[in-house]
Amino acid sequence: MSTFDQILTLVKRSCTHSDCTIDENATPKAIRIDKRDLIPVMQDLLTDPIAYFDMLSCISGVDNGPDAGTMEVVYNLYSIPFDHHLMIKVTIPRDNGEVESVCSIWRTANWHEREIFDLFGINFLNHPDLRRILLPSDWQGHPLRKDYKHQDYYRNVKVEY
Amino acid sequence: MPTEGVQYRFKEGDLLKSAPNKFNVADLRAEEMIINLGPQHPSTHGVLRLEVLLDGEIVKEVMPHIGYLHRCFEKHAENLPYNQVIPFVDRLDYVASMNNEHAYAMGVERMLGIEHQIPKRVEYVRVLVAELNRIASHFIAIGTYGMDIGAFTPFFWLMRDREHILRLLEWASGARLLYNYIWIGGLFYDIPVGFEERCREFVQYITPKLQELETVLIENKIFVDRTANVGVLPLDLAINCGVTGPMLRGSGLRFDLRKVDGYSVYKELDFDVPIGEGRMGTVGDCWDRTYVRVLEIYESIKIVNQCLDKLTGELKRNRDFDPQALVPKKIRPRAQDFYVRAEIPKGELGFFFRSDGKSDVAFRCKCRSCSFVNLSVLPEIAKGILLADLIAIIGSIDVVMGEVDR
Repeated sequence: MSTFDQILTLVKRSCTHSDCTIDENATPKAIRIDKRDLIPVMQDLLTDPIAYFDMLSCISGVDNGPDAGTMEVVYNLYSIPFDHHLMIKVTIPRDNGEVESVCSIWRTANWHEREIFDLFGINFLNHPDLRRILLPSDWQGHPLRKDYKHQDYYRNVKVEY
Repeated sequence: MPTEGVQYRFKEGDLLKSAPNKFNVADLRAEEMIINLGPQHPSTHGVLRLEVLLDGEIVKEVMPHIGYLHRCFEKHAENLPYNQVIPFVDRLDYVASMNNEHAYAMGVERMLGIEHQIPKRVEYVRVLVAELNRIASHFIAIGTYGMDIGAFTPFFWLMRDREHILRLLEWASGARLLYNYIWIGGLFYDIPVGFEERCREFVQYITPKLQELETVLIENKIFVDRTANVGVLPLDLAINCGVTGPMLRGSGLRFDLRKVDGYSVYKELDFDVPIGEGRMGTVGDCWDRTYVRVLEIYESIKIVNQCLDKLTGELKRNRDFDPQALVPKKIRPRAQDFYVRAEIPKGELGFFFRSDGKSDVAFRCKCRSCSFVNLSVLPEIAKGILLADLIAIIGSIDVVMGEVDR
């Protein structure tokens, strides 16, 4: 049994709400899980001796656009001792999207999640310090959404250059 | 309201609205105060603003405020074809542009599935220029770090020596800092005639200078006193915080993506990965991080020498070699999600791509920048230290704000 299958079994075991699916079109291999299972799955991926994903390389937000009506949060995990890669994907609705924060598992998540909150408007529950990080806090809108229109004036300064 | 020639009218409270303080004056206890450091301050290496909660001279908490240099890289990358993003990639870590380009070009090539067709000479030239740029970047890191804590001379020495590298790269690409030299599928130009010889001269010139640098800065009593046992970053915290690059190696883990992933031609090259051993204090202190950078310069020189041997030996320049031969006319990867990572001087630079397979513009391009993640560890290690040590810690993290804010 390959390592990915072992990890998949592990993820399946922690998924209680709905079954996880494999996303073949991704490098490294990706598993799509239900957002309610995120915390138990991530906790297992960090602590289980066969997985031991001790490094969270990257968290990316993806907006699928107003037609699809969904957004995704993609977690890239890496295990330093075993040299494994894994991608975990969570799909959330586009309006008032919410997902649990993984700050309690990896501290890296803190700023990554703040950035996604800033640029996509995804709300991370139980995040210790959820504020805008790159944009000024009185900026309107979330620029990386596909239907974003910038404001005309920011403090009497024309935004369009 | 029309601007009438006035760009911006200051109003009381504007600053607090756009960049509010994390700490509140009303919550301060006796003897505590809030000090604002930056954004315009030479020791913050760019436009980094730190809000420091002080008790006398002891730092109780630090909160970095970033975003002063935000240039919407990810938005641009969603609106431009893959090949036109490369100049923007240059501007991420603007003191090591070649390394950024290398990572980005490699990612797109892997998405297209052409990474095994790239000619060996192209790969060796890429590694050569990337390593030269890595040396230049470490020169800046060490030089400005010395200046942060009071040693002025090494800064001038290193800037002088860095200039030689910049001249070399300017000769190859036409630009001093932002090169647009490594293209997807190839290079802009082959390296100019005589480049290899000049590189060899540079390597001969620089090796004794590094010895000088070690004597005058790294082993200097004052420098050691200022940096040893300061800002100790334990390994478990470093990994949990996602720290990479010389910072992680300074904490004692032999982890270098050039070795681990062996991308490009790095697996054919012979070099070591130096780690911090706590020679002057504790493993993972500021001195270790700086010393790891110095040792990495030696390793980069080794790599440069081996590349030069190859480029003048079996991969010698010839008339028929066209570095742009494989550059695709239209870059349209199939629909996929892709994460690529590479080692740049500050750590792991990663790109997450999503392509929809229908256009030559990325649907989403996320940049995982190492300075951003490395900086986020600052509040963890800067607790209960002296204010002067805070400056020493910021310098040893080696942040480039262009990459933090993107």
